[in-house]
Formats: sequence, C-alpha cells, structure tokens
Amino acid sequence: MRLLEYQGKELFNQYGIKTPMSFLASNVDEGKKGTQMLGFPFVLKSQLTVGGRGKAGAIQKCKEPSEFEPKFNDILHKEVKGELPRGILLEKMVDISKELYLSIFLNRSKRCFTIIASAEGGVDIEQTDNKVMQDIPLDGIDLELANEISNKLNISDNSKSGFVELLFSLFKLVIEKEAELAEINPIAILSDGSLIALDAKVIIDDNSLFRHDDLKKYLYLSELEIQASKNKFSFVELDGDIAIIGNGAGLVMSTLDMVSDANGQAGSFLDFGGKATSETIYKALGVISELPKIKAILVNLYGGIVRTDLVAQGILDAYKNNIINVPVFARISGAESEKAKQMLQGSRAKLFDTVEEAINAVVLNVNTT
Amino acid sequence: MTSQFDIFKILVGSTSDKDFGNKPVIIQGITGSFGSTHTKLMKSYGTNIAAGVTPGKGGSKFDNVPIYNTMQEAVQSTGSLISGIFVPAPFFYDAAKEALDSGIKLIVAIPEHVPVLDSIKVFEYAKKQGAKMIGPNTPGVIVPEVMKVGIMPAQPFTKGNTVVFSRSGTLMYEVSSYLSEYGFGQRLGLGIGGDPINGSNLIDSFELIRDRDDVDSVVVVGEIGGDAEEQLSDYIIKTNFSKPVVAYIAGRSAPKEKRMGHAGAIVYGNYGSAESKINNYSKANVPVAKSPREIPLLLKEQLKK
Repeated sequence: MRLLEYQGKELFNQYGIKTPMSFLASNVDEGKKGTQMLGFPFVLKSQLTVGGRGKAGAIQKCKEPSEFEPKFNDILHKEVKGELPRGILLEKMVDISKELYLSIFLNRSKRCFTIIASAEGGVDIEQTDNKVMQDIPLDGIDLELANEISNKLNISDNSKSGFVELLFSLFKLVIEKEAELAEINPIAILSDGSLIALDAKVIIDDNSLFRHDDLKKYLYLSELEIQASKNKFSFVELDGDIAIIGNGAGLVMSTLDMVSDANGQAGSFLDFGGKATSETIYKALGVISELPKIKAILVNLYGGIVRTDLVAQGILDAYKNNIINVPVFARISGAESEKAKQMLQGSRAKLFDTVEEAINAVVLNVNTT
Repeated sequence: MTSQFDIFKILVGSTSDKDFGNKPVIIQGITGSFGSTHTKLMKSYGTNIAAGVTPGKGGSKFDNVPIYNTMQEAVQSTGSLISGIFVPAPFFYDAAKEALDSGIKLIVAIPEHVPVLDSIKVFEYAKKQGAKMIGPNTPGVIVPEVMKVGIMPAQPFTKGNTVVFSRSGTLMYEVSSYLSEYGFGQRLGLGIGGDPINGSNLIDSFELIRDRDDVDSVVVVGEIGGDAEEQLSDYIIKTNFSKPVVAYIAGRSAPKEKRMGHAGAIVYGNYGSAESKINNYSKANVPVAKSPREIPLLLKEQLKK
C-alpha cells in the first residue's frame, strides 16, 4: 500500500520528523480556508500514488490570491498516469539552504533494510552516482554508523545532530509501521540548520496490516477491488478488452504476456488462487462483469486437482443468471475435460486443449467484433 | 555457508541410511483444512509424514499420523529435520521459531501473506541455527517419484536430471509438465516463493545443486519484481556456473507499480522490470523463453552444446 504524501507526513510527524505547515483540501472551498490559514505563497500538490507529479504539472507554486482558483482546479482535474488526485495539499514554502535525499528500503536480495542517502536532494536517485548505501541490521542503526553517513554527506556541524536524529526516527518508523520503503526526497536544510521533510513516499507491507489497525484507514480500494479481496482474489484492472482469469499469479502474468504477444489487450488480471470450483469461477466472472470495456473472457487454469466439469458448470451458471454476456475462451487443464467440452456445447463458452489455441481464438474474436 | 547445506541429504538421505528415501517430516498446522488435505496427498506420494503439530490437539491422530502439542515433542519422538509449515500467515513466525528451536534444519513455509519483517527474522534466525527456509509463499519442494513437502500436484513431475526453480507455483507445475513431456525429468523442483523475501533465493538455490553430478541442467521460472534474476546472472558469470540454464520471466506486459498477485511481483521504475532481467540474462548467455512451452525447446538446444 503506497501512502499519499500527506499520509506519509502524518506518520513522519508521529515520529518527530518535521514537515512544513500544510492544509489538505478536496475542493476549492476547502482550499480557500487553507489559503487563509497558511497565507501566500504556498505550493499546491496533487495527492497521488504514482510518481512523476512534478513533470506532469501536478505540483504548482501559488504566489498570490488571483492564481489560487485556476491552479487549484487545474490540478484537481489533472490525471497523472491515469490517476486523479485524492485531495490537494497546500503547503507553506520554506527557505531552503540545501537539499538532501534519504530513504530506507527493503533490500530484497540482501534480505535486510538498506539506507540510501545523497547530498543531492530532489534528484532521481536511480540516476545519480553521488550516494551512500548502507545495509542496516534489524536491531537498529548505531550512533557511529549514523555519524559516518552524516560525514559522507558533508553535513555541516549545526545540522549533524538533526540529521542523525532524523535517521533514527525514519528507521524506527520503518520497523514499527512495517514499511517496505520510506523516502524523503528532498529533505530541506533551513538557514538555521534544522531539517524538514518536503516530500514523503511511504509504502506499507500490505501483509502486515492485520496488526496495524491505525494504518487501515489509509487503505483505498475501488468497489471492484473490495469485491475481489472479499473473495480472496488478486485483481488488477487493466486497459484492454480481454479479461483474463486464472489460478496462480505467475500463470496469469504469463497468460497476459502471451495475449500481448498475440496482439491482444488484457483488460484484467484475476488470480483466484488455489481452488478452482464452480463457485470460484462464478464469483470471478461476477467481478469481471463489472468491467465496462470487456469484450471477451480468457480463462486459463492449470493444476492437479482442477475438475474441469465443475468449472464448466460455473461458467454455464454465470450465463444462465446473466452475470456475463460475452464469450468465454477457456483452457482448463484437469480431470473430466471431455465431459466439460460436451457441457459447454451450444453455449458461448469454448474449451481448448492448449492455452495458445485459446489465446488465438480470443484475440481473433475481439479484433473482428 | 550455503554450499555446505545438502538439501538432498536432508530430504532423501544417504544410501547407507536405514530410512533412505523415507525421511520423517513434521507438518505444523496438520489439522487445518489446507494442512490436512495436503498431508494426505503428501503421504500418498510417498512422503513419510511422521508427526503433526497442532497446539491443544496433542495425543490424537490424523490419518494415522500422531499429533503433538509442541514441536519439541514432535521432533523428540520422530528425529525429524524437516517441517512443512501450513499455519495461517499471522502465526507463521511463532511456528517457524518453535521449529528452529527444536532442531529443525529445513523449513518449508507454505503460507501466503506473511509480513516481510517476519520473513527476515525467520531467515536470520535460521541462518544462525545452520538451518534453511524455503518460501514463504512457496508450493514447496519435490524430489520427483520419491517425496514432496508442499502443495504441488504429483502428475506434472517425473524423475530425471533437470532442476526447476520457480518463483511461481502454478507455472512450476505447468513448466515441469512440459519438461516431462519432452523427456526432461526433474531431480528437484523447488518453489522459491512469490514474496519479496525468500528464505532460499535463486542464488542460494543454485548453490544447492552446483556441484551435483546427478543434475545436468537448470530451469529458472522467474517473474517481474526485485532483482533476483539480475543477481543470479551476475552469479552465473562470476562463478562460471557451468550447467546449462534456461530462464523464463512472467509479467513482461504488466504495468508498473501494480502488484501482480504475488507480493513480490511489482516493478518500480526500472527496478524489477522484465527488460532489466532479460538484459542481464543475455549477458550471462542464459536464453529466456517467450512462453512456458518454449522452455523444453530451448533446453534441448542448450544440452546439445
């Protein structure tokens, strides 16, 4: 779960990491209240879970009252990478004398947490060589290590203790809130030497949410995602017109790739996990049926204990109850496949022996209708 | 070091062992719906399920397998070094810790949705105890036609000299069935797991079979997310890994910053992207199949060389 900037900053504040004075608004009227509270100038920042806000013009300076409404409305309705903002943050500008970069992330291959710090703030950290990387043991950073990092960044004497404190706080946040990433880009060093976080990118481990009631309020799911998660399906909505259903994340991803190679466009990723029964396929089709762009459904099931006839029954039930009204192209590797083929005869669903055949048929179907 | 960890010795044993090919395995969470279903399937495949553990149900039996309240008791009465953990994710850490404290040397961690912090802690503790964890979020491990600890179906696997390492469950089954179809039986099938943190990652897994004469080739079924394939490519180059390797990567067409089912299958920028993995594999001269069905064809070519 990637938190919005303001949510990340709420966590920062809980851990004593300072952020500029700010106000969250979801419409112009709320925004106006914010302008009274903050006073000009300030920055308007779109609250999104995708990167590239700055380049997309979703962060804008607001110097005087006449600029406020047009800029606020512009950002409020600006899609970035297909996402509309969930609020606009009005944030007081600060007097920056120097910027830094700092993040702590889950280092998958080393199986630990790693600090990345750079004396250049506001940069794309992947693109810069001017950075310090340091793995940290789970029991924490010691003072010596923190000082070493601060020295490598050439942090001036009046900011050193503030930087070390911030590093400790951020690590504490990562461990206690179970974050996979906590990034501050940039940290501003003010003229008095104090440090303040100008941005916040925090990703929480979804699988840890069961023990973090305080973070559940940040969960944001679409209606379909809620429906999918209730059924324990993994579901991602995509742009195309072929809905893809399967059992197993890898299998569904692989099906997506093969559809794309065959010039088809996937409209969904739905993995219903281990059990393929009439009920699971029926419910999966129920989720898919809510997607407006879908012209056909591709089902790819593989497993030792899949009863093909039960899956066929689920598909037939979905047609009978008008859950779906588009054709289904299915490859179901399992027992009783001859019986399933007979059951589906005369319906709009067709069973194929290989996934390649099913994909060719479904792509041909959507590209000719 | 990982290279000293002999997984075959633990799973199958040495020919001189009295229980060669019949090593005792404990199932934690044996009375749960998942644990009980798969205990039966593992037994019918030939795995010696010697004990189960479910706190509060000690003294009873499931399918003729004695149940104990604690791992300590179960290990003491069976001498088992292997535990298959089938408990729900929130209970995984405690179950794994108990297993390691009782002398278990190989944990097969089946549950999905284990918090990464718990996985790191178990990984570190296992390392300290000279033990190894496979998973979490793994279908398990199989020595075809001998035994399996996990939830994989039996029929895709046949015995032979190829090894399959897979970050995905269903794809491991599908790929193994294609390999079997082409006569490439498997010496070992090991599910790396779909999580960001893997007890036995790709490099660790390669170390397990590196020096084995009964393994002639390796198939790696990977997916987007993380840098396991990149690290593996580096390892293959730097250590002159000499057995033929064929790779596959699922998720080439997936959008960025979306979690594709597995907790670990997510691309941030270029980190975890299929392009990055394919580029690195090509530096290591590892061919990457475009689809699962292409894998045995590429393997055939590699073995000719």
